[in-house]
Amino acid sequence: MKRERTRRTLFTRRVLLLGVGKIALTGALGVRLYQLQVVESERYALLAEENRISVRLLPPPRGRVLDRFGEPIAANRQNWRALLVAERSDDIAATLTNLAQIVPISESERARIEREIRRRRRFVPVMVRDFLSWDEMVRLEVNAPDLPGIVTDVGTHRVYPGGEAFAHVVGYVAPPAQADLDGDPMLELPGIRVGRAGLERAHDRVLRGRAGTVQLEVNVVGRVIRELGREEGAAGHDVTTTLDAGLQRKVAERIASDSAAAVVLDVRNGEVLAMASSPSFDPSVFDSGVSAAQWREWTTNRRAPLTNKAIAGLYAPGSTFKMVVALAALEARAVTPGERIVCTGVTELGDAKFHCWRKGGHGALDMREAIKQSCDCYFYEVARRTGIDRIAAMANRFGLGVPLAIELPGARPGLIPTRAWKQATLGKPWALGETLVHGIGQGYTQTTPLSLAVMTARMVNGGRAVEPHLTRAIGGQLVRGHRAEDWPSLDIPQAHLRLMREAMDGVVNERQGTAWASRLPPEAGARMGGKTGTTQVRRITLAERERGLKRQQDLPYEWRHHALFVGYAPTDQPIYACAVIIEHGGGGAAAAAPVARDILFETLARDPARRPTPPAPSLQIAEAYRGSGEGRR
Amino acid sequence: MERRLARERGMSLVEKLAAVSWPFVALLCALAAVGYAMLYSAAGGSAEPWAFRHGLRFGFGLLLLVGIALVDIRIILRLAWPLYALGIGLLVLVALHGEVGKGAQRWLDLGGFQLQPSELMKILLVHALAAWFHRASVERIGNPFFLVPPLIATAIPFVLVLKQPNLGTALITLMVACSVFFAAGVRWWKFALGGVGMAIAAPLAYEGLHDYQRQRILTFLDPWSDPLGAGYHIIQSKIALGSGGLFGRGWLQGTQGQLNFLPEKQTDFIFTMLAEEWGFVGAISVMALNLCIVLYGLAIGLACRHQFGRLVATGISVNFFLYVFVNIAMVMGMIPVGGVPLPLISHGGSATLTVLIGFGVLMSVHVHRSVEIEAEDDH
Repeated sequence: MKRERTRRTLFTRRVLLLGVGKIALTGALGVRLYQLQVVESERYALLAEENRISVRLLPPPRGRVLDRFGEPIAANRQNWRALLVAERSDDIAATLTNLAQIVPISESERARIEREIRRRRRFVPVMVRDFLSWDEMVRLEVNAPDLPGIVTDVGTHRVYPGGEAFAHVVGYVAPPAQADLDGDPMLELPGIRVGRAGLERAHDRVLRGRAGTVQLEVNVVGRVIRELGREEGAAGHDVTTTLDAGLQRKVAERIASDSAAAVVLDVRNGEVLAMASSPSFDPSVFDSGVSAAQWREWTTNRRAPLTNKAIAGLYAPGSTFKMVVALAALEARAVTPGERIVCTGVTELGDAKFHCWRKGGHGALDMREAIKQSCDCYFYEVARRTGIDRIAAMANRFGLGVPLAIELPGARPGLIPTRAWKQATLGKPWALGETLVHGIGQGYTQTTPLSLAVMTARMVNGGRAVEPHLTRAIGGQLVRGHRAEDWPSLDIPQAHLRLMREAMDGVVNERQGTAWASRLPPEAGARMGGKTGTTQVRRITLAERERGLKRQQDLPYEWRHHALFVGYAPTDQPIYACAVIIEHGGGGAAAAAPVARDILFETLARDPARRPTPPAPSLQIAEAYRGSGEGRR
Repeated sequence: MERRLARERGMSLVEKLAAVSWPFVALLCALAAVGYAMLYSAAGGSAEPWAFRHGLRFGFGLLLLVGIALVDIRIILRLAWPLYALGIGLLVLVALHGEVGKGAQRWLDLGGFQLQPSELMKILLVHALAAWFHRASVERIGNPFFLVPPLIATAIPFVLVLKQPNLGTALITLMVACSVFFAAGVRWWKFALGGVGMAIAAPLAYEGLHDYQRQRILTFLDPWSDPLGAGYHIIQSKIALGSGGLFGRGWLQGTQGQLNFLPEKQTDFIFTMLAEEWGFVGAISVMALNLCIVLYGLAIGLACRHQFGRLVATGISVNFFLYVFVNIAMVMGMIPVGGVPLPLISHGGSATLTVLIGFGVLMSVHVHRSVEIEAEDDH
């Protein structure tokens, strides 16, 4: 009991000390507060009682996105707005009624305006309508005497002159979300936009620029008295892309009716000249907000309009993969170019049967003929001899199944399976039959149209590991080596590559080639080479095979094969590579090759890679842009 | 006297309810009412989006408080260590799976309700320490080895919170723990020793700080060096305080707050807005109200007949005091800005709830101040 008493006494003493300490600390706070609020209040007298200096941020104009010739793909347009200053109108209801006769204002709109007027101070402008047409603007100005309190001003908003054709590449802007706030105070300004997808997002920091500041003298209720000084910010840099806007429009137009994607590259340096995905969407609607119905439509549409299929669509490469298998086999000395392998229409391995696309078989074929006629049995045999890991290594060297340097967010590397991959992912050992299936580009293999275009480019450019890219210049400064010598060699014998080029030439320009029907017309002035590919979406069952295969057109849409084509032109000195995928198009020769032919025809006609580009976006343009829209929100 | 003890052991729920200190609850309500008024003003004269939800949360927290007050203090004592372990578990969980808010992993999302385990941990640590010292005689406390387990129990949450990184809460956790050690009777010179150790470790710790934390300390030393960046908060806060004057500009009339010069005015900087609108007189009144709550809490500890209750009451009161002190000192530019809210006034669910949970336990101490808990163990 005595112990307890000493303990309690000790506790009481200590707690009293704590209590006194707390009173003292609170007292110290009180003294400091008194100092700030009462004694030093004199110091703030100017700021607080008379006029105060307020520092505000000026949003700089966002940089533009241009095509390689300087044509704008994303730009800023002035946004005319009508605002209402409550204190300048004696009768707000009358003003709004008069206004409604010039620009329609819905009931809910009107309720919002009136609510905002009640909540804000009477000198704070309340937004009535934005995106006014020039016509409406003029009528507002003319009728100004009947519209006391209405003022107009101009801000900027983002426009995409190319519309849907460029949507997936250029992306779009939207008001910043919580996750976008990266410490840049500019993002807290009303009306500011950040890049949300595509190049707008990839180059957001560059396009955004740096905010300027303006010091304003503000009176006690916050009304601006005068401007004391300003520090100009820096306008966002223009980004010049590698795209040819004219070609891009043609490509997008050509594939618009299908669920499809197409890419055109400059094989010498990896510049993306056109990249389109279909169906597409209008990128400008994100600026002002997407309706729930529209968003639902986009996200539930099975053709996935918001997805850039060129970089994020995964497809088995099918027969377009055969060149990679051939090169792997040549390097491994598993086959010589001249060796003839007999195709009977079916290859047997144990109990399993692997069919060639041609029912009766091709007979004896060498490598060039096998690629030209796209014989499956030849490649079953060659793949079997080479082994999956060697094929996979070769595929990786050609940009398949590895991340590419493309700037766009959301690009996917695809998948090239190996023995180790299967063991690690599926926990099962690799089966030899799978090697055969992968030898014709089926099975687990997944590639994007962009990676197939890169594969083709590396195959016909003399074996240089070009990386695909979209950025040519930022603020007028060229950003990447655009000479062929800037890219490392893949160390593949030129003889092997020449054989691939010739075989692909044969595919299109020889009577037995699978794409003979899609050769370029004489007026193109050059020939193209390429390779068709058709990939099963669904396994063909034995019963179906016995019943006789149905024609693709008779199958339901979702069951039809994907159609692929990779091509290059001109054949004698390749400059352009192209990859096309038509989802559920039926067959590569029938559906994809004609599209690729039209795209390459258009590309050769425009010849963007050899047409001179302006040295740099002229400084004059940049200066002109700095003048517009600044400081007016 | 024995008869009285016997009666208290068998208190009915109604008797317990009557024994809750309703004047104390009234003080809390007054503070929450101030919070409602300020959040209403911060939204430009609207109950949306903050004030209404604040009221709702406080109401819910108050029910929680009364509920906890009815729980027998002996049950709370028995649960002290299991709850401590649970708190550590939550901190580890938040380190592994927490939402990243403002660059730090602090939040745990429990189906729409966000919990900040570091806040709860302070209360749970107080319990664990109080349970430890409850059984200790004065002589045993003099034994340095006896202090090792509670020091470890303090160090674990301190390091976990520091790693989040949340320097402010980590330091408050440490100070709350110190107050329990102090009230339990640990000798002065041991605190001095600890202080010297910290002073030596501080330069090393500065090296280990995150950039944004260093920036805060540097800005605190010279706010005008970067008036639009990191120093902006403090400068605007001081201008707002100064413009309030002796009697303030009146409710809903503060120019700095209403015109959005003041950042985060609904959370960390709400005291600035209060001081601008209600002046020095209003601000000092609110500070006095807070002090009353703290002293009331300490008094509950003094009146308690068992050591566990005394120490718990002390720790909880000190915790509340540190919230208030750090927040107010922060907005006046006396210590670096650290993201500590003003409890029951600032908008924010986690702090409101933890403070009210803590006060629930304080009420339980008050209700059960005379129960007999098995005597200290003298081995």
